[in-house]
Amino acid sequence: MKFKTTPESLVKDSGLDESIKKLTPERIAQVINRVLTRENSARLQVYLDTCVHCGLCAEACHTYVSRDKDPLFAPVSKVRQTLWEMVERKGNVDGEFLRNAARIAFTECGVCRRCSMYCPFGIDMAYLLLIVRRICSLLGVVPVYLQDTTNSHAVSSNQMWVQQDEWIDTLQWQEEEAQAELSSVRIPLEKEGADVMYSVIAPEPKILAQLLGNMAIIFKAAGEDWTMPATDGWDNSNMAMYSGDFEVMGRVERLHWETAARLKVKRIVMGECGHAFRGAVYDGPRWLSWQYPPIPMVHAIEYYYDLLSSGRIRIKQKYKEHVTIQDPCNTVRGRGLGDKLRYVVDALCEKFTDVNPKQEHNYCCAAGGGVINCGPPWKRSRMVSNRVKAEQLAKTGAEVVITPCHNCHSGIEDIIGFYNLGMHVKFINEIMVECMEKPEESQG
Amino acid sequence: MYEFSRGPLVWIAFIVFVGGTIYRVIRVYQDSKKERVVHPYMSLRHGIRSIAHWLIPFGARNMRMRPLFTILSFLFHLCLLLTPIFLLGHVMLFEQSWGVSWWTLPDSLANVMTIVVVLVVIVFGLRRIAHPVVRFVTRVSDWVLLVIVAGPFVTGLMAYYQFLDYRTVMIVHMWSGALWLMVIPFTRIVHMIFFPFTRAYMGSEFGHVRNARDW
Repeated sequence: MKFKTTPESLVKDSGLDESIKKLTPERIAQVINRVLTRENSARLQVYLDTCVHCGLCAEACHTYVSRDKDPLFAPVSKVRQTLWEMVERKGNVDGEFLRNAARIAFTECGVCRRCSMYCPFGIDMAYLLLIVRRICSLLGVVPVYLQDTTNSHAVSSNQMWVQQDEWIDTLQWQEEEAQAELSSVRIPLEKEGADVMYSVIAPEPKILAQLLGNMAIIFKAAGEDWTMPATDGWDNSNMAMYSGDFEVMGRVERLHWETAARLKVKRIVMGECGHAFRGAVYDGPRWLSWQYPPIPMVHAIEYYYDLLSSGRIRIKQKYKEHVTIQDPCNTVRGRGLGDKLRYVVDALCEKFTDVNPKQEHNYCCAAGGGVINCGPPWKRSRMVSNRVKAEQLAKTGAEVVITPCHNCHSGIEDIIGFYNLGMHVKFINEIMVECMEKPEESQG
Repeated sequence: MYEFSRGPLVWIAFIVFVGGTIYRVIRVYQDSKKERVVHPYMSLRHGIRSIAHWLIPFGARNMRMRPLFTILSFLFHLCLLLTPIFLLGHVMLFEQSWGVSWWTLPDSLANVMTIVVVLVVIVFGLRRIAHPVVRFVTRVSDWVLLVIVAGPFVTGLMAYYQFLDYRTVMIVHMWSGALWLMVIPFTRIVHMIFFPFTRAYMGSEFGHVRNARDW
């Protein structure tokens, strides 16, 4: 199969360009055949045999719709250019083929699974493209920025090379910041037997530390018995799941759960992140051969819903700006939290306009699934791939997009900038801290 | 030739179809037990819920987005399945051989249904050429399958209208029908057998595990 030269195929990424030079045909065939036969069986076979090449999945994909319905970007076309060829040629593909396969699987598909909802047979195309990523990962053909996050997971057990002293220091700093708002706030470390262990993704201590302080205030106001670990295992993010390095993925998730077990907490509440939920609750446990997670994991959306609906948190004054929302795939399509998200937003905000399509049918942010982690070389492609999101958001007329997911947050922020939408993005926790009743006023 | 087609060929076709179907289902069942994710998450209720949504016309958003294609597709599959089972001529053959019979379609209606199958096959073929995505993913095998599927219906119409030599047409009709039955388990027409399983699994993953909808 000949590949068309497109702007995307010319993007330079040493993770792809340099690594394919080191591969031999034997090595490629060996890895592909091992993944196809030893790691996968019934689902792969049935999906390949059942797909009738009808193209009904095409309209489901933001990449396809945003790129003027270019046939190369439909879900089935992505599978055709990658996995079909690998299967038909029994793994006898060259480095150039792999480079293209990696580009498609890592940067043009966010494994959001919207297309599975449009396939009459429910074929899980995200799973098929994750098989491609797995093959690429075992061959070392991974976008260099994404591979860096996986390396960080492998070395430091968190996504952003945060050292233990930096972690503790950041929490203490945020505790002081929060005390300026509410003097009795604490961030309790290593409190054994607490009701809740709060876990976050590494970008929070690294670049968005105020979210930690906000959460401390919310926990205080709600009267929650909570704690955070002072050791590794505090990070619930998992880019190894998306780079295809499932060994590291399993290690990260095991440490996270074992940390919760060590602290003897009743449940984990996690911050506003989607892929972390997926990794901790689905992909991680399954790789570790656990049917379900050992203790309950509650996503922030659900936790906020419980706080607001039970009256543990009361709203003093609703948020004034006109808001809309982005449904994160891994908590809305992946947990059915769409209704609770809308309940929370309605409770917090005066004026909310919903998106269309919404809930499970909402368009992907084009940033999750590891796509934004492929870094600056691929940013323009990512922006072109999600014009449909810009059009959808513009139609709401909102000033603020609420994005209860870090990937959605960064992705939507980029789209707002690229398409000059003049909007802002916010996490729920930022709005909640601003609008809720606090138990005592600050002395300062 | 006619006698062979009327007797042993039909037996062979049904044995291959039924045997092949059983073989494929058993193999998939065995292979699926090797996977970590299929069996532990299956839910009868959510499986059936998903199948129902995708068997009822316009039960899924994708069907509502393309009403014409939905109508054509449902008509095609209904006519394709019902016409051969309830055709008077076919039921009579069973009655002659085994003494069993069942309700039959009026011949005029069966005729219309057969024409619908042939026309929609032509539409599917044109769509394979006209729709850029479908064209991009179409293989030679897709065309062969369309011809195999249309075969018994085209020759059936030829026999009904006594076009060309009746006896020859009937023999071709029987052979094409036999071929159609025999390839079901071994080509992408296997989607007919696998549909309930793939759908039920996805329905379970979405509904039972993830508390979400997949339609």
